[in-house]
Amino acid sequence: MTDDKPGTGPLLCGKCNLPLETGKVMVSYMGQSFPVELARCSACGLVFVPEDLAIGKMLKVEQALEDK
Amino acid sequence: MDRQRVQEREAQCIQEQPPACNTGCPLHVDVRGMMAHLRLGEFSAAFGLFARSVPFPAIIGRICDHPCERGCKRSEAGMAITISALERAAVAYGYGAIGLPKRQKVTKKKRVAIIGAGLSGLTVAYDLALKGRDVVVFEAGERPLARLRAMAPAILPEAAIDADLAALHALGVDIRCRTPVGEAAGSMPDIAALLTEFDALYLGPGPVPFAVAFPGLDCAPDGRIAIVSATGATSHPRIFAGGGQRYGAVFSPISSVQDGRFAALSIDRVLQGASLTASRDNQGAYPTLLYTDTSAYSPLPAVIPTDPAAGLSRDEAIREASRCFPCQCLECVKRCEYLAHYGAYPKRYVREIYNNDSIVLGTHKSNRMVNSCSLCGVCTAVCPQHLDMAAVCLEARRSMVDKGKMPPSLHDFALRDMAFSTGPAFALARHQPGRDASAAVFFPGCQLSASSPDHVIRGYAYLRETIADGVGLILGCCGAPAQWAGRSDLYEQTHADLAAGWERLGRPMIITACANCQRMLQDRLPEAPVVSIWTVFEQYGLPAPRPALAASTFALHDPCTTHDAPDIQKSVRHLLTELGVPVVELNEPGLSPCCGFGGLMSFANPDIADKVVDRRIGENDADYLTYCAMCRDNFARRGKRSVHLLDLIFGTRDVDPAGRPDPGFSGRQENRARLKTRLLKEVWGEPVDATGLDVRLFLSPEVAALAERRLILRDEIRAVIASAEKTGEKIVDTATGHLFASRRLASVTYWVEYTADRGGFTVYSLYSHRMQLGMEPSP
Ligand code: SF4
Ligand SMILES: [Zn+2]
Repeated sequence: MTDDKPGTGPLLCGKCNLPLETGKVMVSYMGQSFPVELARCSACGLVFVPEDLAIGKMLKVEQALEDK
Repeated sequence: MDRQRVQEREAQCIQEQPPACNTGCPLHVDVRGMMAHLRLGEFSAAFGLFARSVPFPAIIGRICDHPCERGCKRSEAGMAITISALERAAVAYGYGAIGLPKRQKVTKKKRVAIIGAGLSGLTVAYDLALKGRDVVVFEAGERPLARLRAMAPAILPEAAIDADLAALHALGVDIRCRTPVGEAAGSMPDIAALLTEFDALYLGPGPVPFAVAFPGLDCAPDGRIAIVSATGATSHPRIFAGGGQRYGAVFSPISSVQDGRFAALSIDRVLQGASLTASRDNQGAYPTLLYTDTSAYSPLPAVIPTDPAAGLSRDEAIREASRCFPCQCLECVKRCEYLAHYGAYPKRYVREIYNNDSIVLGTHKSNRMVNSCSLCGVCTAVCPQHLDMAAVCLEARRSMVDKGKMPPSLHDFALRDMAFSTGPAFALARHQPGRDASAAVFFPGCQLSASSPDHVIRGYAYLRETIADGVGLILGCCGAPAQWAGRSDLYEQTHADLAAGWERLGRPMIITACANCQRMLQDRLPEAPVVSIWTVFEQYGLPAPRPALAASTFALHDPCTTHDAPDIQKSVRHLLTELGVPVVELNEPGLSPCCGFGGLMSFANPDIADKVVDRRIGENDADYLTYCAMCRDNFARRGKRSVHLLDLIFGTRDVDPAGRPDPGFSGRQENRARLKTRLLKEVWGEPVDATGLDVRLFLSPEVAALAERRLILRDEIRAVIASAEKTGEKIVDTATGHLFASRRLASVTYWVEYTADRGGFTVYSLYSHRMQLGMEPSP
């Protein structure tokens, strides 16, 4: 698979040596949970959160939840 | 938050009070608004505002005795604005372009008779006609406004009178000339008859005594009708009076209009059966509460019309109106980047903060704003009413914490940093080695220790040499971050712990090196004697030998935490004289802005905090000198050469102390931990296991700066890498060979992009999120 982060090549799970695959991952904050599409290892479940997501959309949602 | 207190505070801010021109006008013409239009050449809009308050704009625009000009603040910088000349210009160039006010529709017909077609009587007619009343004016003379017709046409042209009268006719006012009433008509019953035919009467017979004896209508000793000035009431409940009858020979056109206006309101209230006197406090001229500092404006003379007979030309009017400042307060906003940032002023902010606090369901839009104030108190000091915005913000923060509505991300980092300082890595409370009692105890605080551990070592040595009978040491934090974060619980706990250490040492005098620590200790530990190290230097003399000082002049920045400690500011100035260090003052004492750290501003709102520092450091080109470690480091962080007073007293190992960089958050914690280790070893002779930093990190300056901005400590980076290397849980970017690993510490997940090399790890990027990841979608 290819990740959507520009300049980043295919990602491998360092433990299982398998390519990460996009899948639904639940994320939760301030007592609220929702599914997000993230790259993760199908064997061990290791999840990758890219930088632009963490400091972009994820941060916005965190702040919105904090102001509820 | 207490609703009543909120309302009191809202009322304290006088920014929305009308300016003096407006309150000095008996009719409250919006002069400031008119000037705003006129300076743009919007004559009809200016005229519209004028005609909204003034019944006969063409006439009044020519002959008003303009009490407004007496209050004009422009007189403090040049001459008062020639408001009356500008009103004339508004009429000359704006009349007719705007529709005049229209008659209201009312269901119940009420009839009012007015005796005397002078200015006051016709004002009553105008106001009541607008309210939909049927008005008949009885005038004994040939024409209405006879007294005005007698004026020179150059002052008041007939055309102006005709224009205003035409407007009055258009409102349906019935003026009957050559219709005397009362004695002139030969009989008293006229008034009695009018009282049966009409619901109310207004008497505006002009200045001569009203020689009509009528039962129930009292006269003053001079023979004029006895009139209550605020209402126009007479002794008869349905008869009102005013104008020349009240003023005699002194003719003040605007006062006559005012009397008409007061009486019209009274009559309308009588017709509706409402209270005559209720809520009339601010009617007529009154002194305003608005404060306007005019010292920054250079004097400008009034614009004199080139052709006085024609009045101001359009261009001249525009220039004259442009001299209006306009008046407003904003004393606090002018000095505070935070207050300026949100585009309004405290009256609005207090309300907004209160509303934010009251929301039960929905978005708390002002959370960040509440937490962005540095709590420096400059606004209170400069406010003519001493409105305390810091208290407003702090109360709101405490309330947010109590309700569980404080966004966790805002203060998390600062509070964890504080926990580091109150925890085992730094905290300590001991007697001087070899003693079991302390006459005094040194409390250097967490920030001096974080910024200049050497100064703490030197300071402690100086105090041990200087003060007999033992000087103990307490390392820790004064709890300021907890207080600023609204965490009263944590603040109390911190002080309970400090108090316990202080009690154990035998309640010695506390010597502080940070004005904020001093403030917090005096607040929470009032029974403890607390002095600043500056006062101690002043008392016992400066340590010798003194470092050689370059003879450069510094600009002195008092930390905002010394606003309520003038004694500290004084001691510091004495020391500077003794040191022979020339300084320039940046501002009056007590008005220093914050360095951006106060109130945890920089955590809630780094952008505003940077603006605050940048504005401060731009005020003077000289190197800055201050006596708060946090101020110095924040100035340094934004690129300003700055020294701490202790740099001058003890000297430093730096070649260029003013160029010393900000140690940053990681550096601060490391400095604190190392300081404790060093003190234990060097002062108490206790060997300490060097807690080996087992993971070596390589961060480029850019990545290090990113870590600072994103509030990620080197210890946290180490923790992420250490666990990834141990468990193998890392992600490989096959394009770059970089590794990504994450670890959740406290309530944050940290991510590090790195490679292993040079016997350590090179870090390329790092970021964090507070959301927690779970594999399985939970139900
Ligand atoms: S200084 Fe600020 S808070 Fe005080 S009255 Fe003026 S605008 Fe309002
Ligand atoms: Zn795996």
